[in-house]
Order: sequence, then C-alpha cells, then structure tokens
Amino acid sequence: MNQYIELYKEQKDIIGKNSASELNECRDAALETLLQKGLPGEKDENYLHSNVSDWLSPNYGLNIQRLNLPLDTDEPFRCSVPNLSTQLYFLNGDSFKAAPQTNPALLPAGVVVMGMNAFAVAYPEILRKYYNRLSYSDSVSCLNTLLVQDGFVIYVPKNVSVEKPVQLIELMQATLSMMACRRILLVLEQGAALKLLLCDHSLSLQEYLSLQVIEAFVADNASLELYDLEETHTSNRRISNLYASVGADSRFVCNFITLHNGSTRNCANVSVNGPGAEIVLNGIAIADKRQHVDNYTFIDHNSCNSKSRELFKYVLDGNSTGAFKGRVLVRPGAQRTDSQQTNRNLAITPTARMFAEPQLEIYADDVKCSHGATVGQLDNAALFYMRQRGISEQEAKMLLQEAFVGEVIDFIPLVPLRDRLNRLVSLRFRGQLAQCKGCSICR
Amino acid sequence: MLKIDNLHASVGDKEILKGLSLEVGEGQVHAIMGPNGSGKSTLSNVLVGHPGYTVTEGTVTFKGKNLLEMPAENRSHEGLFMSFQYPVEIPGVSMMNFMRTAINEKRKYLGLEPIAPADFLKLVKEKREIVKLDNKFMNRSVNQGFSGGEKKRNEIFQMAMLEPSLSILDETDSGLDIDALRIVAEGVNTLKNPQSSVIVITHYQRLLDYIKPDIVHVLYNGRIIKTAGPELALELEERGYDWVIEEFEGKK
Repeated sequence: MNQYIELYKEQKDIIGKNSASELNECRDAALETLLQKGLPGEKDENYLHSNVSDWLSPNYGLNIQRLNLPLDTDEPFRCSVPNLSTQLYFLNGDSFKAAPQTNPALLPAGVVVMGMNAFAVAYPEILRKYYNRLSYSDSVSCLNTLLVQDGFVIYVPKNVSVEKPVQLIELMQATLSMMACRRILLVLEQGAALKLLLCDHSLSLQEYLSLQVIEAFVADNASLELYDLEETHTSNRRISNLYASVGADSRFVCNFITLHNGSTRNCANVSVNGPGAEIVLNGIAIADKRQHVDNYTFIDHNSCNSKSRELFKYVLDGNSTGAFKGRVLVRPGAQRTDSQQTNRNLAITPTARMFAEPQLEIYADDVKCSHGATVGQLDNAALFYMRQRGISEQEAKMLLQEAFVGEVIDFIPLVPLRDRLNRLVSLRFRGQLAQCKGCSICR
Repeated sequence: MLKIDNLHASVGDKEILKGLSLEVGEGQVHAIMGPNGSGKSTLSNVLVGHPGYTVTEGTVTFKGKNLLEMPAENRSHEGLFMSFQYPVEIPGVSMMNFMRTAINEKRKYLGLEPIAPADFLKLVKEKREIVKLDNKFMNRSVNQGFSGGEKKRNEIFQMAMLEPSLSILDETDSGLDIDALRIVAEGVNTLKNPQSSVIVITHYQRLLDYIKPDIVHVLYNGRIIKTAGPELALELEERGYDWVIEEFEGKK
C-alpha cells in the first residue's frame, strides 16, 4: 500500500492537474480512510478468499502523465455482438474514447455519455452531487478514489429510455505491467432506463491490475440493466467494486460473467432505498488452470416490498478456485421482502476448489427469504446416456457444462446478447476462446 | 452379428455374469427373460460399455470386431443401441441439440460431413412420426418433463434416428400402458429390417405379443440356462421360472 501513498504524495500536483476538481476534492478523505483502515488483510472476512493486498503488492506502472496509449478502435473486437446495435465507447486503461462510428446525436435528448473529465466541465453540479457518494468507506475503493484521473459517465434524465444498449469496452494494453484505476458513474433519474454492456479485455501479455469502481444511482421507477463481461488473460487481476443505490419501484439487473481471467474479485453492493424495488444479481464463472473468481454480493433491503433474486453458477476445472459470498440484509421495517439466493457450482476436477457462503441477516418478521448453495460433479448417468448415443465423453462433458451455465444466460432478455454469450461460452469450454485474436496470449 | 462367448462380468467385487454365451444372427429377434437379479441389466450394460461394470473373462465380437475394447461411443457408432430402462433427464440440453450432436459424431466417425440442417429437420420429422412424438418435445431438454410413456417413445425415436444394426430393448415395457406399449412395439417393428437385429430384455410375455421373437433365452444366475423358440415365453408366462431352474439344476 505504501508505494501508492508515496506515489500519490510525489505526483499529487500532476494527478490533480490532469483531473477534474470534483475528483481532486475527494482525494484527501480517501487517503485518510486508506491510512486508517489499511488494505484488507488475510483475516478480513469479506476478502477471505481473495488476498487483494497481495494482488496490489507488485509495482505496477500507472499512467499518471496521461500518455496517449495507442488504441486501434478499428480493430474488430470479439465483443462486437452480431445483431445488437450499440453505442460504442472505450476505456483504454482509464482513458476515455468514443468509437469513431459512435454518434452522440443518436442518443435520446438529454442523455449524456462522456468521459468523466469532459463531463466535469459540462455538468459539474451533477458530478459533484453523485461522485464518490457510495464508495467512500471501503479502503480498496478509496485507493481508486486517491489515484483516479478519468472515467466514464452516463446520465439519463427523467423518464428517458435509452433503447439501444450502450457498450463500453475496457482495455488493458501496454508494453509494461500496468494498473488502471477505472471509474464509472451511472445516473438514472426517475423513470429512466438504460442497458449497459461492459466488456473487460486485456490485449497484450503484461501483468495488469484493474481497480474499478462503479457507482450507479437508479432513481424511483428507473431501470438499469448491467452486463459485466470479463475476458482477460491469466496475468490479469481485476478488483471491481459496484455500488448501486436503487429507489422505489425501480429495477436493477446485473450480470457478472467471467469467461476467462487471471484473478478476479467482483463486489456488488446494492442498497434498496425505496419500496417495491426489484434486484437481480446473476453470475457465471468459468475457470480452469489456476484461475480465481470471487463474487461478493451484498443486498441491503432497507425498504419494504422489495424483491431480490440471485443466481450464480460456477464451473471450475483444473486447479481453479471460486468463491461466492452472498450477504442479504433485511433491516427492521423492510417487511414483505422477497429474497432468493442460489449458488450452484460444478467442480470438474478434484483439485478445483469452491467456497460458497450464503449469509442472510433478517431483522423483519414478515419476509420470504431463501438460499441454496451446492457443489457437485457432472452427472455420470447423463454422461453415459450421451455416450451410448454416440456423443464422445469430451463432447458430452461440454454439452453438460454449457447447459449448466445456460440457465443463467437464459435469463438475459437481450436475444442477440444471449446468442453471443452462448457462442462464447461454447468456445470457452472448448478451449478455443483463448486461441482467438486478442487473447491468444492465454494459450 | 453378435457373438458372446463365456462372458464373466462384475460390479465391484460381485460377479454377476458367470460364463454367458449367446449368438445373435442378422435379422433375428432374441428375447432374454429371467427372474430378478439374474443379470439381464448387467448384460445389456456390459454390451454398451457402461463404466460401472468390469469384464473379467470372455469375448464379445460385434460384426467381426472386438466390442469390449471399444469405448461406449464407438460401440454406438458401430451400430449398437440400447433403449434405457430408465431414460436419463438432461436439463438444459435440448433434444434437437442432443440429436444433432449424436448424428454428427456418428457421421464424423464414419468419415462423413455433418448433416445439412434441412436434411436433419426432415429426418427428425420423418422419425418422429414413427413413434407419434410431438414436435414440441424437440425443443425441450432431453427427457425433461416427459411422461413415462413419452420417455420410452423418445428412446425408440432416437433408435430410429441412429439406425442401429443391433438394438437392445432393456425392459422397454416397464411402466408403459397398453397404448404406449403398442406404439413403441409398432415403432420397433417398423424399423426392423433383414439386416438389423433386436434383443428384447423383459420380464413379461406382454411385449412379445407385439415384437415377435425368433428365439427366447432364460437367463439365471449369470448364465443362459435354456434356449428355445417363441413358445417358451408363453410357457414361462404360465408356469414361472422355477421349472426351468429345476430342470437346469437337475442336469448339473
């Protein structure tokens, strides 16, 4: 941790010069929290299976000087989804860029999609109102707040629905090991609707660490669908902290899909601040080799009549490890909360390990809350049945694994995205994803 | 077609088949009957290569090839099919995807190109009609939400799709009502040709009213103890197995 604090102290002026004042205003408090709490240690219950202090210990380079890292936006990325027309943007490291074909005029009136620094110039009062309002207490998020210099903002005004999904491609591409502090702010006013597809990629073979903080404000009656897809290489580390504040009768859907990675910790903190909200948190993790995927969710039911659904499915092969911790808090007065959490895991090899931890805390008496977690192997009877019909053992295993995670994909309402994910999952299980352009380094 | 010689097989430490010999010729229908625990299901599972069974002695040749050294999927590609007593449900794998994969794996084994989508759909439609299986089942997961009768019809549908040269019907009649039994049996008879053979494993004469066997065997304690013509099945129905067993024990 000390190297980051020293770096900040040494480079404070440059960092400040390159960033909006709204970002700079939060740095001192973040530093104080960081110094006070320190980074989570091995004994920290919420980080039990992901030693993020260890992940943060190497000396990564940070693009403090805002060097213009090369980015070929014409490159046909695999994350382009056939038949799904999107507004496309990039975060290269932590630098924002719109795709050349993206035309802001096509966005509905009043909708703003911008880099964070540009947004600060155009809408300083909105940025000040929302920036760092949810992420100030966690020390890992504070590290992001301390060093962040740019980011991505979407603002959707009252009763405006953005029909076409927005897609943000997050890239790591450098000639030396690098860390990026990414920041995403999503503000949906009352009755607004947005679908956002995030694709996290690492393009060159370096050690990377992405430290991401997403803050999402979903006002009353608003609807936010978030698809967070990771397809990075085995030397990539990702720490992503999502904070969502959801209002009355709002809808918040978030899917974490880890197709290929190194070490990942995704965290989703959802605070239910109005009655009648609906929250869906789903996830897929496919891991082999020594890959590590940790999803931590916290749904804070702070208001009545809300509904939450969680479905996380892991397929762990090789020597991979998976962790899922799902905390659901039903506060006093959050009556008629309807919450359901399901975590199902397949351990393909005896050396794969899964840590499943449901955690329900209920302080209201008129609620419906359930949870279930299982770890198992592939169904041998089904495997043999398929082999008798001529399907090779290898192929039969693939089909069963695809079917297993397919349950999560089936919930995705965007048909083209569903088709694309089914295809990517199929390639992933066949070991072909790592052989495609872009991620050939994972072979 | 199939020649089994002195087959011994066990599950764990327990020997179930104790020197079974049987020969099935091209175009023949054989019925294997026998009391519970005699080894009927073990025989069918050993033939299709179930990994839970170990062959300790003996040989099995199928169309001139050593069957026992082939993995289960290759036995299927060579033309061996088993209709399961308890068809397995496979959630999330659609019948269409399952069947297309099975057909294409077989074609790959035979050195053929994958089947064209239009030809596949045509084939499915044609074969579904044989067992009167509605198209809605094709988009469902394999055997999921199928009734007992639908599962057995689905087995015969798969048999029709794969066009095996030797089909083993393992207690296909169990759990079937008369109508379903008739549809299943008619399906098997429709698929029957002079080059294909069938082994019917059953407890009851009932199914044999519809699928007429050429030869009937009694399996007892891991061995075939009596072989005769179709009239044997009727006699067993009437008199039970005890007299055959006594006759066999007497000879020893």
